[in-house]
Amino acid sequence: MSAVTAPAEVARTRSPLRVLAWVRRHLLDAYALLALGYLFLPIAIVIAFSFNNPLGRFNYTWQGFTFHNWAHPLDYPGLSGALRVSIEIALLSSLIATVLGTLIALALVRYRFRGSSTTNLLIFVPMTTPEIVMGTSLLTLFLNWRIPQGFGTILIAHVAFNISYVVVTVRARLVGFDRHLEEAAMDLGANEVVTFFRVTLPLIAPGILAASLLAFALSIDDFVITYFNAGTTTTFPLFVWGSARVAVPPQINVVGTAIFLVAVGGMLVNVVWQNRRARLSA
Amino acid sequence: MTAVGQVSDAVARDEVGDIDIQLIELSKRFDDVVAVDALSLEIERGSFFALLGPSGCGKTTTLRMIGGFEEPTSGRIELAGTDVSGLPPYKRDVNTVFQSYALFPHLTIFENVAFGLRRRKVRGDELRRRVVESLELVGLGGLERRKPRQLSGGQQQRIALARALVNRPRVLLLDEPLGALDLKLRKEMQLELKRIQHEVGITFVHVTHDQEEAMTMADRIVIMNHGQIEQLGTPSLLYEQPRTAFVASFLGVSNLLAGTVTGADRVRLADGTEVRVQRDALGGRTGSVQIGVRPEKLRLDGSESNTLEGTVAESAYIGVSTQYIVNTAAGAVTAYVQNDRPGAQAIPDGSRLTLSWNPDCTFVVDAQEAS
Repeated sequence: MSAVTAPAEVARTRSPLRVLAWVRRHLLDAYALLALGYLFLPIAIVIAFSFNNPLGRFNYTWQGFTFHNWAHPLDYPGLSGALRVSIEIALLSSLIATVLGTLIALALVRYRFRGSSTTNLLIFVPMTTPEIVMGTSLLTLFLNWRIPQGFGTILIAHVAFNISYVVVTVRARLVGFDRHLEEAAMDLGANEVVTFFRVTLPLIAPGILAASLLAFALSIDDFVITYFNAGTTTTFPLFVWGSARVAVPPQINVVGTAIFLVAVGGMLVNVVWQNRRARLSA
Repeated sequence: MTAVGQVSDAVARDEVGDIDIQLIELSKRFDDVVAVDALSLEIERGSFFALLGPSGCGKTTTLRMIGGFEEPTSGRIELAGTDVSGLPPYKRDVNTVFQSYALFPHLTIFENVAFGLRRRKVRGDELRRRVVESLELVGLGGLERRKPRQLSGGQQQRIALARALVNRPRVLLLDEPLGALDLKLRKEMQLELKRIQHEVGITFVHVTHDQEEAMTMADRIVIMNHGQIEQLGTPSLLYEQPRTAFVASFLGVSNLLAGTVTGADRVRLADGTEVRVQRDALGGRTGSVQIGVRPEKLRLDGSESNTLEGTVAESAYIGVSTQYIVNTAAGAVTAYVQNDRPGAQAIPDGSRLTLSWNPDCTFVVDAQEAS
C-alpha cells in the first residue's frame, strides 16, 4: 500500500505550487478578459435589448426575445426622418472635412510657409476644446451673424470639428511618404496633376479612407455641438434624447446596433484591404 | 533586342563628339550654403560620365539640377543645345535612377516600367513589347506581375534602371544607384551597368562618392569638392597626373612630400635630396610645392633615377603585394611591392634601403596650406 500512496503524496505536496503556477500563467488572460468585458458589456447590452419585447414604453427591463424590432426598425414616429438627417449630415460633413483636411495635411507636411508651425499647433485646438464650449460659441457666432439654425449650421459645425481629426490622420500617413516617388513620376513624364492622381493619392488613400470613416463616426453620433446648433432640425442622437423623456422604443437599440455594425464593418473592410495590400506588396 | 538596336542607330546618326549636356556657370545656393559654385562642364554624347566627390561636394545637387528637381540659383543648363534651365522634370528628355530606386510600391513591375511610356501615350502591343524588352535588358524578364517589395535590393535596382531606360532618354542620370547594395552585388552591377551603357549607347551621368566605382565604370570623371571642379579627365589621367593634393589623396593612395622648386624640372625635398619631375607637372610653379608618387611606383632596389634613403618602419603582407612604411628624412613614405616571384622574403623592419622611382611617375601639387 505504502508504495502506491507515496506518489499521491508527492503530487499533493506539489499541488499548491502547481496552482500558483497556473494562476500566474493565466493572470494576464483573466485580466484581459475583465478589461474587454468592461469595454464591451455596454455594447452587448445595447445589442441584446434590440431583441427585447418591452411591455411599456421604456425598453429598460428584459421581457422576452423577439425579432419584431428588427423586422420593423423604423416603426416609430419621427425616427426615420431623424436617422435620414443624421446620415445626410454624416456623409456630407465627412466628405467635405476629408477633402479640406487632406489638403491641409498635404500643405503642412510638404511646405514650410509663414505660420505653418502655428497652424500645426492650432489644428489640435478643436480636438481639445470641450464640446460644450465649441457648441455654445458656434451658436453665438450663428446668432450674431443671423444665420438661421438648422441643417446648414449642423453641417458647418460638424465639418469644423471633423477637419482636425482628418488632418491628424492623413498627416501621419504623409510623414513617411518618400518624396522621391513623386520626383520619379515627374521624371517619367507625369505633370503635377497626373503625379498626384497616379502616385500620391493611391499611396495615401488608406489614410484618407481611415480619416473619412473616423469623421463619419464622429459626426453621426455627435450630440452636444449639434444640440446647440440644430434649431428645429432633429438628428438621430437628438431624437433619442428627446424621446427618452416619454419613451425609449427598442427601435433605438436596433438603429444604434445597425450604426455600430456598419462602423465596425467599415473598419474591418479597411483593415482587410490594407492587410491584403501589405501582403501583395510584401 | 530590337529596341536596343534602334537606340544604337539613333546614336550613330548623331555626329561623334556632340555635346549632350552643357552646364554654364551653374550655381546653387541653399540659404547661406553654396552647394554648387559657378560650375561649367560639357558632357559628350554617348559617354559614361562620373561626378565623383565626398559627401556635400555638390555632386548630387548638380545631378538634381540637370534632372529638373532643383532650380539653379544662377547659370544655365543646356540639353543637346537647348536651354532647359526653367523646365520641369517632365519636359526634359532625361531620366533618373534614384538612390532609393523610388519604385512605385502600389504598381506592379510591369506598370512601374510602363509608367513613362503610358505618359507618352504608348499603348497596346508596342507598350508590352518595350516593357518586356527593357526588363530583358536588365536580366529580369518574367517578373512583370510582382510588386516592388517582393524583389531583392539588387533586383529593385535593375527595375529602376529598366524603368528609366525604357523611355530611351537622351541622358540617363544615376544618383549613387549602387550605394545600398552589398559589396559583391555592387561589383557585379558596376560591370553590368557598363555593359548596358555600351549596349544602349545613351549618355550616362553617374554620381558617386566611391572612387573605385567611378574608375571602374566611367570614361571620364569629374572630381568635385566644395561645389567646384577639382579636376576632369579619364580615370588614368586623374590617377597618374592629379593636379591637386585633394585629387591625389581622394583617388587612391599618394605619397606627398614637401619641397622647393630649384629648376625647370627639379624639386629639392626637405632633407636636401633633389629629384626630377615631369616638366609639365611643374606647370611653371616656383617656391614651395609638394611632389607626389603613387606607392606602387616605388622600387626598393634603387634602379630608378629619383632616389631617397630610408629605414623600413613597418611591413604588412597583403597577398598581391607587400606594403612597407619607410621613414625617410623627407617624411614617411608608403611603398607597395608586387609579390610576383616565388619565395620572396619580406625585408625586415629596421633595414636601410634606397627608394627609387621614375621622374615621369612624379606629379606636383601645390604646397600644403598652413592650417
